[in-house]
Amino acid sequence: MMGNPYVTQADSQVGEFRRAAFFGGVYSNHLALAAALKLARSLRVDAVFALGDFGAFGPHPDRSVEILRGNGIISIQGNYEEALSQAAGDCRCGYVDPRDNHYARLSFDYTAMKTAAGHKAWMGTLPRNLRMTLGGQRVLCCHGSPRRINEFLWASSTSDAFLRKLLDDYQADLLLCTHTGLHWSRFLPAEGNGGRSARGIINVGALGRPANNGRTEVWFAVVERASGETKVEFVPVAYDHAKLASEMADEGLPPEFRATILTGWWTTCLEILPAKERAAGKF
Amino acid sequence: MPLDETPGCAAAAATRYPSAPMLGLETVWFQVAGSVCNLACAHCFISCSPSNRTHAMLDLAAVEAHLRDAEGLGVREYYFTGGEPFLNPEILAILDAALRYGPATVLTNGTLITAKRARELRALSDASSYSLDIRLSLDGFDAAGNDAIRGAGTFARILEAIGNLSSAGLNPVITVTEACTEAGDSRGRGRLLERLRALGLERPRLKVMPLLLLGAETDRTRGYAAGETLAGVALEEADAAALQCASGRMVTAEGVFVCPILIDSPEARMGATLAETLRPFPLRHRACHTCHAQGLNCRT
Ligand code: SF4
Ligand code: SF4
Ligand SMILES: [Fe+2]
Repeated sequence: MMGNPYVTQADSQVGEFRRAAFFGGVYSNHLALAAALKLARSLRVDAVFALGDFGAFGPHPDRSVEILRGNGIISIQGNYEEALSQAAGDCRCGYVDPRDNHYARLSFDYTAMKTAAGHKAWMGTLPRNLRMTLGGQRVLCCHGSPRRINEFLWASSTSDAFLRKLLDDYQADLLLCTHTGLHWSRFLPAEGNGGRSARGIINVGALGRPANNGRTEVWFAVVERASGETKVEFVPVAYDHAKLASEMADEGLPPEFRATILTGWWTTCLEILPAKERAAGKF
Repeated sequence: MPLDETPGCAAAAATRYPSAPMLGLETVWFQVAGSVCNLACAHCFISCSPSNRTHAMLDLAAVEAHLRDAEGLGVREYYFTGGEPFLNPEILAILDAALRYGPATVLTNGTLITAKRARELRALSDASSYSLDIRLSLDGFDAAGNDAIRGAGTFARILEAIGNLSSAGLNPVITVTEACTEAGDSRGRGRLLERLRALGLERPRLKVMPLLLLGAETDRTRGYAAGETLAGVALEEADAAALQCASGRMVTAEGVFVCPILIDSPEARMGATLAETLRPFPLRHRACHTCHAQGLNCRT
Protein backbone atom coordinates (compact mmCIF):
# COMPACT_ATOMS: atom_id res chain seq x y z
CA MET A 1 0.00 0.00 0.00
CA MET A 2 2.93 2.30 0.56
CA GLY A 3 3.33 4.91 -2.08
CA ASN A 4 -0.29 4.87 -3.22
CA PRO A 5 -1.68 8.34 -2.50
CA TYR A 6 -5.24 7.01 -2.57
CA VAL A 7 -4.84 4.51 0.24
CA THR A 8 -4.22 6.26 3.53
CA GLN A 9 -3.84 5.41 7.20
CA ALA A 10 -7.01 7.36 7.86
CA ASP A 11 -9.13 4.63 6.26
CA SER A 12 -10.57 2.58 9.07
CA GLN A 13 -10.25 -1.22 8.78
CA VAL A 14 -13.13 -3.04 10.42
CA GLY A 15 -12.59 -6.71 9.66
CA GLU A 16 -14.19 -9.57 7.81
CA PHE A 17 -17.89 -10.09 7.12
CA ARG A 18 -20.00 -12.45 5.06
CA ARG A 19 -23.33 -10.68 4.90
CA ALA A 20 -23.94 -7.11 5.94
CA ALA A 21 -26.56 -4.38 5.71
CA PHE A 22 -25.68 -0.90 4.51
CA PHE A 23 -27.77 2.18 5.25
CA GLY A 24 -27.46 5.31 3.12
CA GLY A 25 -28.53 8.85 4.06
CA VAL A 26 -30.88 8.81 7.05
CA TYR A 27 -31.74 12.52 6.75
CA SER A 28 -33.29 12.48 10.25
CA ASN A 29 -35.90 9.91 9.27
CA HIS A 30 -35.74 8.18 12.65
CA LEU A 31 -38.94 6.21 12.00
CA ALA A 32 -37.53 4.66 8.83
CA LEU A 33 -34.19 4.05 10.52
CA ALA A 34 -35.82 2.13 13.39
CA ALA A 35 -37.89 0.09 10.92
CA ALA A 36 -34.85 -0.63 8.74
CA LEU A 37 -32.79 -1.77 11.70
CA LYS A 38 -35.47 -4.21 12.75
CA LEU A 39 -35.76 -5.50 9.21
CA ALA A 40 -31.98 -5.82 8.77
CA ARG A 41 -31.72 -7.89 11.94
CA SER A 42 -34.49 -10.19 10.75
CA LEU A 43 -32.45 -10.69 7.58
CA ARG A 44 -29.63 -12.19 9.69
CA VAL A 45 -26.81 -9.87 8.74
CA ASP A 46 -23.42 -9.95 10.51
CA ALA A 47 -23.24 -6.17 10.85
CA VAL A 48 -25.02 -2.95 9.99
CA PHE A 49 -23.19 0.03 8.53
CA ALA A 50 -24.36 3.62 8.02
CA LEU A 51 -22.66 5.63 5.28
CA GLY A 52 -23.30 9.16 6.52
CA ASP A 53 -25.82 12.03 6.29
CA PHE A 54 -27.70 11.21 9.45
CA GLY A 55 -29.31 14.64 9.55
CA ALA A 56 -31.11 16.88 7.00
CA PHE A 57 -34.60 16.99 5.59
CA GLY A 58 -36.48 15.30 8.47
CA PRO A 59 -37.38 16.18 12.07
CA HIS A 60 -35.56 15.81 15.41
CA PRO A 61 -32.05 14.93 14.18
CA ASP A 62 -30.92 13.63 17.58
CA ARG A 63 -33.41 10.78 17.50
CA SER A 64 -31.65 9.22 14.50
CA VAL A 65 -28.20 9.74 15.97
CA GLU A 66 -29.30 8.08 19.19
CA ILE A 67 -30.54 5.01 17.30
CA LEU A 68 -27.23 4.77 15.42
CA ARG A 69 -25.08 5.21 18.52
CA GLY A 70 -27.24 3.02 20.74
CA ASN A 71 -27.24 0.02 18.43
CA GLY A 72 -23.62 -0.39 17.48
CA ILE A 73 -24.17 0.65 13.88
CA ILE A 74 -20.74 1.17 12.33
CA SER A 75 -20.81 4.69 10.91
CA ILE A 76 -18.79 6.94 8.64
CA GLN A 77 -19.09 10.67 7.95
CA GLY A 78 -21.25 12.14 5.26
CA ASN A 79 -21.04 15.73 4.15
CA TYR A 80 -23.55 16.55 6.91
CA GLU A 81 -21.42 15.08 9.68
CA GLU A 82 -18.35 16.76 8.26
CA ALA A 83 -20.15 20.12 8.16
CA LEU A 84 -21.84 19.80 11.57
CA SER A 85 -18.70 18.66 13.37
CA GLN A 86 -16.67 21.49 11.87
CA ALA A 87 -19.39 24.09 12.51
CA ALA A 88 -19.42 24.85 8.78
CA GLY A 89 -21.77 27.43 7.34
CA ASP A 90 -23.61 25.06 5.01
CA CYS A 91 -24.21 21.38 4.30
CA ARG A 92 -21.66 21.03 1.49
CA CYS A 93 -24.21 18.99 -0.40
CA GLY A 94 -22.69 20.14 -3.67
CA TYR A 95 -25.83 21.55 -5.34
CA VAL A 96 -25.44 24.25 -7.96
CA ASP A 97 -28.99 25.48 -8.50
CA PRO A 98 -30.29 28.45 -6.42
CA ARG A 99 -33.65 26.80 -5.58
CA ASP A 100 -31.94 23.57 -4.54
CA ASN A 101 -29.55 25.56 -2.38
CA HIS A 102 -32.44 27.45 -0.78
CA TYR A 103 -33.98 24.19 0.49
CA ALA A 104 -30.59 22.76 1.42
CA ARG A 105 -30.06 25.81 3.62
CA LEU A 106 -33.41 25.38 5.41
CA SER A 107 -32.53 21.77 6.20
CA PHE A 108 -29.05 22.57 7.35
CA ASP A 109 -29.97 25.49 9.60
CA TYR A 110 -32.70 23.43 11.26
CA THR A 111 -30.43 20.39 11.72
CA ALA A 112 -27.47 22.40 13.00
CA MET A 113 -29.70 24.11 15.54
CA LYS A 114 -31.33 20.88 16.73
CA THR A 115 -28.28 18.61 16.96
CA ALA A 116 -26.75 18.26 20.43
CA ALA A 117 -23.15 19.41 20.80
CA GLY A 118 -22.10 15.96 22.05
CA HIS A 119 -23.45 14.34 18.90
CA LYS A 120 -21.66 16.87 16.72
CA ALA A 121 -18.41 16.03 18.50
CA TRP A 122 -19.05 12.31 17.92
CA MET A 123 -19.58 12.99 14.21
CA GLY A 124 -16.13 14.54 14.12
CA THR A 125 -14.58 11.29 15.34
CA LEU A 126 -16.05 9.18 12.53
CA PRO A 127 -13.83 8.01 9.67
CA ARG A 128 -14.53 9.22 6.12
CA ASN A 129 -13.84 5.91 4.44
CA LEU A 130 -14.06 2.40 5.80
CA ARG A 131 -12.40 -0.75 4.55
CA MET A 132 -13.47 -4.32 5.23
CA THR A 133 -13.45 -7.65 3.54
CA LEU A 134 -16.64 -9.39 2.56
CA GLY A 135 -16.08 -13.04 1.81
CA GLY A 136 -12.52 -12.19 0.82
CA GLN A 137 -13.42 -9.21 -1.38
CA ARG A 138 -11.91 -5.83 -0.60
CA VAL A 139 -14.76 -3.46 0.18
CA LEU A 140 -14.42 0.30 0.46
CA CYS A 141 -17.32 2.25 2.00
CA CYS A 142 -17.57 5.97 1.45
CA HIS A 143 -20.24 8.66 1.41
CA GLY A 144 -20.17 10.32 -2.04
CA SER A 145 -17.09 8.81 -3.61
CA PRO A 146 -13.83 7.74 -1.99
CA ARG A 147 -12.14 10.90 -3.20
CA ARG A 148 -14.86 13.49 -2.51
CA ILE A 149 -17.40 13.28 0.26
CA ASN A 150 -20.01 15.16 -1.77
CA GLU A 151 -19.44 13.66 -5.21
CA PHE A 152 -22.62 12.35 -6.82
CA LEU A 153 -22.32 8.86 -8.28
CA TRP A 154 -25.48 8.37 -10.36
CA ALA A 155 -26.07 5.24 -12.41
CA SER A 156 -26.43 7.09 -15.72
CA SER A 157 -23.40 9.34 -15.31
CA THR A 158 -20.80 6.96 -13.89
CA SER A 159 -18.96 5.35 -16.77
CA ASP A 160 -17.45 1.89 -16.44
CA ALA A 161 -14.06 3.42 -17.25
CA PHE A 162 -14.35 5.85 -14.36
CA LEU A 163 -15.56 3.14 -11.98
CA ARG A 164 -12.63 0.91 -12.95
CA LYS A 165 -10.23 3.76 -12.27
CA LEU A 166 -11.73 4.44 -8.84
CA LEU A 167 -11.47 0.74 -7.94
CA ASP A 168 -7.87 0.56 -9.17
CA ASP A 169 -6.79 3.81 -7.51
CA TYR A 170 -8.32 2.86 -4.18
CA GLN A 171 -7.39 -0.82 -4.36
CA ALA A 172 -10.91 -2.13 -3.85
CA ASP A 173 -13.14 -4.74 -5.45
CA LEU A 174 -16.40 -3.26 -4.33
CA LEU A 175 -17.24 0.38 -3.75
CA LEU A 176 -20.21 1.23 -1.52
CA CYS A 177 -21.60 4.76 -1.46
CA THR A 178 -24.75 6.86 -0.94
CA HIS A 179 -25.21 10.72 -1.13
CA THR A 180 -27.44 10.71 -4.23
CA GLY A 181 -30.48 9.13 -2.58
CA LEU A 182 -30.99 6.68 -5.45
CA HIS A 183 -29.93 3.04 -5.12
CA TRP A 184 -28.25 1.17 -7.93
CA SER A 185 -25.46 -1.29 -8.52
CA ARG A 186 -23.28 -2.35 -11.41
CA PHE A 187 -20.53 -4.89 -11.91
CA LEU A 188 -17.80 -4.36 -14.46
CA PRO A 189 -17.78 -6.67 -17.45
CA ALA A 190 -15.24 -9.45 -16.93
CA GLU A 191 -12.10 -9.21 -19.03
CA GLY A 192 -12.37 -11.55 -21.96
CA ASN A 193 -15.20 -13.94 -21.18
CA GLY A 194 -18.16 -11.61 -21.60
CA GLY A 195 -19.73 -12.23 -18.17
CA ARG A 196 -19.62 -9.90 -15.20
CA SER A 197 -16.61 -9.58 -12.96
CA ALA A 198 -16.73 -9.51 -9.18
CA ARG A 199 -15.72 -5.83 -9.15
CA GLY A 200 -18.32 -3.14 -9.00
CA ILE A 201 -20.25 -0.42 -7.25
CA ILE A 202 -23.27 -0.35 -4.99
CA ASN A 203 -25.01 2.90 -4.22
CA VAL A 204 -26.99 1.75 -1.21
CA GLY A 205 -29.71 4.40 -1.60
CA ALA A 206 -31.24 6.32 1.30
CA LEU A 207 -33.44 5.71 4.33
CA GLY A 208 -34.26 9.38 4.64
CA ARG A 209 -36.47 9.90 1.66
CA PRO A 210 -38.08 7.69 -0.97
CA ALA A 211 -36.38 6.96 -4.27
CA ASN A 212 -38.30 9.41 -6.51
CA ASN A 213 -40.41 6.59 -7.91
CA GLY A 214 -43.88 7.32 -6.55
CA ARG A 215 -43.52 4.76 -3.73
CA THR A 216 -43.28 5.82 -0.10
CA GLU A 217 -40.86 3.08 0.97
CA VAL A 218 -37.20 3.86 1.51
CA TRP A 219 -34.29 1.53 0.73
CA PHE A 220 -31.15 -0.08 2.06
CA ALA A 221 -28.81 -2.74 0.71
CA VAL A 222 -27.84 -6.17 1.93
CA VAL A 223 -24.62 -7.45 0.40
CA GLU A 224 -23.49 -11.03 0.69
CA ARG A 225 -20.53 -12.89 -0.65
CA ALA A 226 -21.21 -16.60 -0.95
CA SER A 227 -19.75 -19.36 -3.14
CA GLY A 228 -17.67 -16.91 -5.14
CA GLU A 229 -20.62 -14.64 -5.97
CA THR A 230 -21.49 -11.18 -4.71
CA LYS A 231 -25.22 -10.83 -4.15
CA VAL A 232 -26.82 -7.43 -3.77
CA GLU A 233 -30.35 -7.09 -2.47
CA PHE A 234 -32.10 -3.74 -2.23
CA VAL A 235 -34.63 -3.92 0.58
CA PRO A 236 -37.69 -1.64 0.62
CA VAL A 237 -38.64 -0.36 4.07
CA ALA A 238 -42.26 0.52 4.76
CA TYR A 239 -42.67 2.72 7.85
CA ASP A 240 -45.14 5.19 9.30
CA HIS A 241 -44.44 7.93 6.76
CA ALA A 242 -47.65 9.81 7.63
CA LYS A 243 -46.39 10.16 11.18
CA LEU A 244 -43.05 11.44 9.94
CA ALA A 245 -44.81 14.01 7.77
CA SER A 246 -46.85 15.23 10.70
CA GLU A 247 -43.73 15.54 12.86
CA MET A 248 -42.17 17.55 10.03
CA ALA A 249 -45.19 19.85 9.96
CA ASP A 250 -44.98 20.34 13.74
CA GLU A 251 -41.34 21.29 13.36
CA GLY A 252 -42.12 23.84 10.65
CA LEU A 253 -40.25 22.01 7.91
CA PRO A 254 -41.24 22.96 4.33
CA PRO A 255 -44.41 21.46 2.81
CA GLU A 256 -42.30 20.45 -0.22
CA PHE A 257 -40.34 18.04 1.98
CA ARG A 258 -43.49 16.57 3.45
CA ALA A 259 -44.92 16.07 -0.02
CA THR A 260 -41.89 13.95 -0.92
CA ILE A 261 -42.37 11.75 2.14
CA LEU A 262 -46.10 11.35 1.42
CA THR A 263 -45.95 10.81 -2.34
CA GLY A 264 -42.57 9.25 -3.06
CA TRP A 265 -41.67 11.97 -5.58
CA TRP A 266 -38.79 14.39 -5.07
CA THR A 267 -39.80 18.04 -5.12
CA THR A 268 -36.41 19.66 -4.43
CA CYS A 269 -32.71 19.07 -5.12
CA LEU A 270 -33.61 18.04 -8.64
CA GLU A 271 -31.31 20.15 -10.78
CA ILE A 272 -28.30 17.99 -10.02
CA LEU A 273 -29.93 14.92 -11.63
CA PRO A 274 -28.63 13.67 -14.98
CA ALA A 275 -31.15 13.36 -17.82
CA LYS A 276 -32.19 9.76 -17.17
CA GLU A 277 -32.70 10.09 -13.42
CA ARG A 278 -34.57 13.35 -13.94
CA ALA A 279 -36.86 11.81 -16.54
CA ALA A 280 -37.80 9.01 -14.14
CA GLY A 281 -39.28 11.39 -11.56
CA LYS A 282 -42.40 13.50 -11.59
CA PHE A 283 -40.88 16.98 -11.10
CA MET B 1 -6.47 36.36 -28.05
CA PRO B 2 -2.86 36.56 -26.98
CA LEU B 3 -1.70 35.46 -23.58
CA ASP B 4 -1.10 38.17 -21.04
CA GLU B 5 2.02 39.79 -22.39
CA THR B 6 4.11 40.28 -19.33
CA PRO B 7 7.28 42.20 -20.01
CA GLY B 8 10.42 40.28 -19.16
CA CYS B 9 11.61 36.79 -19.88
CA ALA B 10 9.40 33.73 -20.10
CA ALA B 11 11.01 32.13 -17.08
CA ALA B 12 10.12 35.07 -14.87
CA ALA B 13 6.53 34.97 -16.16
CA ALA B 14 6.27 31.25 -15.46
CA THR B 15 7.10 31.71 -11.80
CA ARG B 16 4.51 34.42 -11.40
CA TYR B 17 1.46 32.40 -12.36
CA PRO B 18 -0.14 29.51 -10.48
CA SER B 19 -0.59 26.20 -12.28
CA ALA B 20 -3.61 23.97 -12.52
CA PRO B 21 -2.76 20.41 -11.48
CA MET B 22 -3.90 17.44 -13.58
CA LEU B 23 -5.70 15.32 -11.02
CA GLY B 24 -6.90 12.67 -13.43
CA LEU B 25 -8.77 12.96 -16.70
CA GLU B 26 -12.50 12.92 -16.00
CA THR B 27 -14.16 15.07 -18.62
CA VAL B 28 -13.32 15.11 -22.31
CA TRP B 29 -14.73 17.76 -24.62
CA PHE B 30 -14.90 17.37 -28.39
CA GLN B 31 -15.05 20.36 -30.68
CA VAL B 32 -17.09 18.32 -33.16
CA ALA B 33 -18.17 21.21 -35.34
CA GLY B 34 -14.92 23.14 -35.30
CA SER B 35 -15.60 26.87 -35.26
CA VAL B 36 -18.42 26.63 -37.79
CA CYS B 37 -21.84 27.78 -36.66
CA ASN B 38 -25.04 28.65 -38.48
CA LEU B 39 -25.37 31.65 -36.13
CA ALA B 40 -22.86 34.40 -35.30
CA CYS B 41 -23.76 35.52 -31.78
CA ALA B 42 -22.47 38.79 -30.43
CA HIS B 43 -21.25 37.10 -27.21
CA CYS B 44 -19.62 34.02 -28.73
CA PHE B 45 -16.27 33.60 -27.01
CA ILE B 46 -14.73 31.81 -30.00
CA SER B 47 -16.41 34.06 -32.60
CA CYS B 48 -18.04 31.15 -34.39
CA SER B 49 -19.88 31.86 -37.61
CA PRO B 50 -20.83 30.21 -40.91
CA SER B 51 -17.51 31.38 -42.34
CA ASN B 52 -15.13 30.80 -39.40
CA ARG B 53 -12.95 27.89 -40.54
CA THR B 54 -10.21 28.38 -37.95
CA HIS B 55 -11.00 24.99 -36.50
CA ALA B 56 -12.06 22.06 -38.68
CA MET B 57 -14.76 19.54 -37.78
CA LEU B 58 -13.89 16.24 -36.12
CA ASP B 59 -14.96 13.11 -37.94
CA LEU B 60 -16.32 9.90 -36.39
CA ALA B 61 -13.05 7.99 -36.82
CA ALA B 62 -11.08 10.66 -34.95
CA VAL B 63 -13.65 10.84 -32.16
CA GLU B 64 -13.63 7.04 -31.80
CA ALA B 65 -9.84 6.94 -31.53
CA HIS B 66 -9.92 9.51 -28.71
CA LEU B 67 -12.82 7.67 -27.01
CA ARG B 68 -10.72 4.49 -26.88
CA ASP B 69 -7.83 6.41 -25.33
CA ALA B 70 -10.19 8.11 -22.90
CA GLU B 71 -11.60 4.80 -21.75
CA GLY B 72 -8.12 3.57 -20.84
CA LEU B 73 -7.57 6.77 -18.84
CA GLY B 74 -10.74 6.31 -16.76
CA VAL B 75 -12.75 9.19 -18.24
CA ARG B 76 -16.13 9.72 -16.68
CA GLU B 77 -18.08 11.88 -19.19
CA TYR B 78 -18.04 13.47 -22.64
CA TYR B 79 -19.13 16.88 -23.90
CA PHE B 80 -19.73 17.87 -27.53
CA THR B 81 -19.55 21.43 -28.72
CA GLY B 82 -18.54 23.64 -31.64
CA GLY B 83 -19.60 25.88 -33.28
CA GLU B 84 -22.89 24.11 -33.76
CA PRO B 85 -22.55 20.32 -33.30
CA PHE B 86 -25.58 19.53 -35.48
CA LEU B 87 -23.75 20.93 -38.50
CA ASN B 88 -21.46 17.90 -38.30
CA PRO B 89 -22.93 15.35 -40.72
CA GLU B 90 -21.81 12.46 -38.48
CA ILE B 91 -23.10 13.91 -35.21
CA LEU B 92 -25.64 11.17 -34.49
CA ALA B 93 -23.09 8.41 -35.08
CA ILE B 94 -20.61 10.32 -32.91
CA LEU B 95 -23.07 10.64 -30.02
CA ASP B 96 -24.02 6.99 -30.42
CA ALA B 97 -20.34 6.02 -30.17
CA ALA B 98 -19.78 8.18 -27.10
CA LEU B 99 -22.83 6.77 -25.33
CA ARG B 100 -21.19 3.34 -25.45
CA TYR B 101 -18.36 4.72 -23.27
CA GLY B 102 -20.16 7.03 -20.89
CA PRO B 103 -22.64 9.86 -20.45
CA ALA B 104 -22.68 12.49 -23.20
CA THR B 105 -23.77 16.12 -23.20
CA VAL B 106 -24.19 18.11 -26.38
CA LEU B 107 -24.16 21.93 -26.36
CA THR B 108 -26.31 23.30 -29.13
CA ASN B 109 -28.10 26.44 -30.23
CA GLY B 110 -31.03 24.17 -31.10
CA THR B 111 -31.88 25.79 -34.40
CA LEU B 112 -31.14 22.59 -36.34
CA ILE B 113 -33.17 20.30 -34.08
CA THR B 114 -36.13 19.38 -36.22
CA ALA B 115 -38.92 17.08 -35.02
CA LYS B 116 -37.22 14.18 -36.82
CA ARG B 117 -33.83 14.91 -35.31
CA ALA B 118 -35.38 15.15 -31.83
CA ARG B 119 -36.87 11.67 -32.30
CA GLU B 120 -33.48 10.34 -33.44
CA LEU B 121 -31.87 11.78 -30.33
CA ARG B 122 -34.55 10.16 -28.19
CA ALA B 123 -33.74 6.80 -29.80
CA LEU B 124 -30.02 7.27 -29.04
CA SER B 125 -30.83 8.13 -25.46
CA ASP B 126 -33.09 5.08 -25.04
CA ALA B 127 -30.43 2.76 -26.47
CA SER B 128 -27.86 3.64 -23.80
CA SER B 129 -27.83 3.14 -20.05
CA TYR B 130 -25.87 6.40 -19.84
CA SER B 131 -27.51 9.82 -19.92
CA LEU B 132 -27.66 11.92 -23.06
CA ASP B 133 -28.03 15.51 -21.95
CA ILE B 134 -28.85 18.27 -24.40
CA ARG B 135 -27.87 21.81 -23.43
CA LEU B 136 -29.69 24.40 -25.38
CA SER B 137 -28.65 28.02 -25.12
CA LEU B 138 -31.18 30.83 -24.94
CA ASP B 139 -30.46 34.51 -24.33
CA GLY B 140 -33.59 36.15 -23.12
CA PHE B 141 -37.28 35.98 -22.32
CA ASP B 142 -38.41 37.22 -25.68
CA ALA B 143 -37.37 37.72 -29.26
CA ALA B 144 -36.25 41.29 -28.60
CA GLY B 145 -33.71 40.31 -25.94
CA ASN B 146 -32.49 37.09 -27.50
CA ASP B 147 -32.38 38.15 -31.13
CA ALA B 148 -30.35 41.28 -30.37
CA ILE B 149 -27.51 38.96 -29.33
CA ARG B 150 -28.10 35.88 -31.45
CA GLY B 151 -29.61 37.21 -34.66
CA ALA B 152 -33.07 37.95 -36.08
CA GLY B 153 -35.56 35.10 -35.89
CA THR B 154 -33.43 32.88 -33.67
CA PHE B 155 -35.72 33.09 -30.63
CA ALA B 156 -38.61 31.55 -32.53
CA ARG B 157 -36.36 28.80 -33.90
CA ILE B 158 -34.97 27.97 -30.47
CA LEU B 159 -38.47 27.75 -29.02
CA GLU B 160 -39.45 25.43 -31.84
CA ALA B 161 -36.48 23.19 -30.99
CA ILE B 162 -37.51 23.11 -27.34
CA GLY B 163 -40.99 22.06 -28.45
CA ASN B 164 -39.56 19.36 -30.72
CA LEU B 165 -37.39 17.94 -27.95
CA SER B 166 -40.23 18.04 -25.49
CA SER B 167 -42.56 16.22 -27.91
CA ALA B 168 -39.90 13.55 -28.32
CA GLY B 169 -39.79 13.15 -24.54
CA LEU B 170 -36.40 14.78 -24.07
CA ASN B 171 -35.83 17.44 -21.44
CA PRO B 172 -32.98 19.76 -22.43
CA VAL B 173 -31.06 21.89 -19.95
CA ILE B 174 -31.67 25.48 -21.00
CA THR B 175 -28.52 27.53 -20.50
CA VAL B 176 -28.76 31.29 -20.26
CA THR B 177 -25.67 33.46 -20.14
CA GLU B 178 -25.41 36.48 -17.95
CA ALA B 179 -25.88 38.54 -21.11
CA CYS B 180 -29.51 37.96 -20.21
CA THR B 181 -29.32 40.14 -17.13
CA GLU B 182 -32.79 39.27 -15.78
CA ALA B 183 -31.76 35.63 -15.40
CA GLY B 184 -29.48 36.55 -12.54
CA ASP B 185 -32.18 37.11 -9.90
CA SER B 186 -34.79 34.72 -8.60
CA ARG B 187 -37.80 36.63 -10.00
CA GLY B 188 -36.28 36.61 -13.44
CA ARG B 189 -35.52 32.92 -13.11
CA GLY B 190 -39.08 32.26 -12.04
CA ARG B 191 -40.42 34.06 -15.13
CA LEU B 192 -38.11 32.13 -17.40
CA LEU B 193 -39.13 28.82 -15.83
CA GLU B 194 -42.81 29.74 -16.30
CA ARG B 195 -42.14 30.51 -19.93
CA LEU B 196 -40.43 27.14 -20.42
CA ARG B 197 -43.37 25.35 -18.77
CA ALA B 198 -45.70 27.13 -21.14
CA LEU B 199 -43.63 25.70 -24.00
CA GLY B 200 -44.40 22.19 -22.85
CA LEU B 201 -41.38 21.44 -20.67
CA GLU B 202 -43.04 19.95 -17.60
CA ARG B 203 -39.82 19.86 -15.61
CA PRO B 204 -37.80 22.79 -16.97
CA ARG B 205 -34.07 22.70 -16.28
CA LEU B 206 -32.20 25.99 -16.27
CA LYS B 207 -28.55 26.89 -15.83
CA VAL B 208 -27.12 30.41 -15.81
CA MET B 209 -23.58 30.72 -17.20
CA PRO B 210 -21.01 33.47 -16.68
CA LEU B 211 -19.69 35.21 -19.80
CA LEU B 212 -16.10 35.00 -20.98
CA LEU B 213 -14.60 38.23 -22.21
CA LEU B 214 -13.12 36.61 -25.32
CA GLY B 215 -13.79 36.51 -29.04
CA ALA B 216 -16.86 38.44 -30.23
CA GLU B 217 -17.77 39.26 -26.62
CA THR B 218 -14.86 41.71 -26.46
CA ASP B 219 -16.65 43.91 -29.03
CA ARG B 220 -20.06 43.57 -27.38
CA THR B 221 -18.91 44.49 -23.88
CA ARG B 222 -15.19 44.63 -23.16
CA GLY B 223 -12.04 42.56 -23.01
CA TYR B 224 -10.18 41.70 -19.83
CA ALA B 225 -8.57 44.57 -17.97
CA ALA B 226 -4.86 44.47 -17.22
CA GLY B 227 -5.35 43.51 -13.56
CA GLU B 228 -7.63 40.60 -14.39
CA THR B 229 -5.12 37.76 -14.40
CA LEU B 230 -4.00 35.22 -11.89
CA ALA B 231 -0.50 36.73 -11.74
CA GLY B 232 0.86 36.44 -8.26
CA VAL B 233 -2.26 34.59 -7.01
CA ALA B 234 -1.60 31.59 -4.79
CA LEU B 235 -4.38 29.11 -5.57
CA GLU B 236 -5.87 27.11 -2.72
CA GLU B 237 -5.66 23.40 -3.43
CA ALA B 238 -9.46 23.04 -3.47
CA ASP B 239 -9.90 26.00 -5.84
CA ALA B 240 -7.28 24.66 -8.22
CA ALA B 241 -8.90 21.22 -8.13
CA ALA B 242 -12.26 22.75 -9.09
CA LEU B 243 -10.95 24.27 -12.34
CA GLN B 244 -12.03 22.48 -15.50
CA CYS B 245 -8.42 22.13 -16.59
CA ALA B 246 -7.58 20.12 -13.44
CA SER B 247 -9.70 17.21 -14.65
CA GLY B 248 -10.67 17.88 -18.27
CA ARG B 249 -9.27 18.37 -21.77
CA MET B 250 -10.61 19.56 -25.14
CA VAL B 251 -10.12 17.54 -28.31
CA THR B 252 -10.09 19.53 -31.57
CA ALA B 253 -9.08 18.65 -35.11
CA GLU B 254 -5.78 20.42 -34.40
CA GLY B 255 -4.94 18.42 -31.30
CA VAL B 256 -5.77 18.33 -27.61
CA PHE B 257 -6.12 21.65 -25.80
CA VAL B 258 -6.09 22.37 -22.09
CA CYS B 259 -9.77 23.37 -21.94
CA PRO B 260 -12.69 24.33 -24.19
CA ILE B 261 -12.09 28.02 -23.52
CA LEU B 262 -8.57 28.53 -24.83
CA ILE B 263 -8.69 26.81 -28.21
CA ASP B 264 -7.68 30.01 -29.97
CA SER B 265 -4.42 30.16 -28.00
CA PRO B 266 -1.68 28.04 -29.59
CA GLU B 267 0.05 27.84 -26.20
CA ALA B 268 -2.96 25.97 -24.87
CA ARG B 269 -2.44 23.03 -27.25
CA MET B 270 -0.89 20.35 -25.05
CA GLY B 271 -0.43 17.39 -27.41
CA ALA B 272 -1.86 15.20 -30.15
CA THR B 273 -3.40 12.58 -27.86
CA LEU B 274 -5.13 12.80 -24.49
CA ALA B 275 -2.39 10.77 -22.81
CA GLU B 276 0.19 13.38 -23.85
CA THR B 277 -1.64 16.15 -22.02
CA LEU B 278 -1.76 14.77 -18.49
CA ARG B 279 0.42 17.40 -16.86
CA PRO B 280 -0.12 20.70 -15.00
CA PHE B 281 -0.92 23.84 -16.98
CA PRO B 282 0.26 27.38 -16.08
CA LEU B 283 -2.73 29.71 -15.70
CA ARG B 284 -1.35 32.67 -17.65
CA HIS B 285 -4.43 33.48 -19.66
CA ARG B 286 -6.84 36.21 -18.69
CA ALA B 287 -9.84 33.87 -19.06
CA CYS B 288 -8.33 31.87 -16.21
CA HIS B 289 -9.29 34.81 -14.04
CA THR B 290 -13.00 34.30 -14.86
CA CYS B 291 -12.77 30.57 -14.22
CA HIS B 292 -11.25 31.14 -10.86
CA ALA B 293 -13.38 34.10 -9.80
CA GLN B 294 -16.72 32.60 -10.89
CA GLY B 295 -16.10 28.94 -10.26
CA LEU B 296 -16.98 28.25 -13.89
CA ASN B 297 -17.47 24.58 -14.51
CA CYS B 298 -19.54 22.27 -16.59
CA ARG B 299 -21.69 20.53 -13.98
CA THR B 300 -25.41 20.52 -14.56
S1 SF4 C 1 -22.53 31.26 -29.09
FE1 SF4 C 1 -23.02 29.22 -29.83
S2 SF4 C 1 -24.71 29.56 -31.28
FE2 SF4 C 1 -23.73 31.53 -30.97
S3 SF4 C 1 -22.20 31.69 -32.61
FE3 SF4 C 1 -21.14 30.86 -30.82
S4 SF4 C 1 -21.28 28.64 -31.14
FE4 SF4 C 1 -22.82 29.55 -32.46
S1 SF4 D 1 -9.40 29.21 -19.00
FE1 SF4 D 1 -10.10 28.15 -17.15
S2 SF4 D 1 -10.17 26.00 -17.69
FE2 SF4 D 1 -8.91 27.06 -19.22
S3 SF4 D 1 -6.80 26.90 -18.50
FE3 SF4 D 1 -7.61 28.83 -17.71
S4 SF4 D 1 -8.43 28.31 -15.68
FE4 SF4 D 1 -8.14 26.41 -16.78
FE1 LIG E 1 -24.62 13.56 1.27
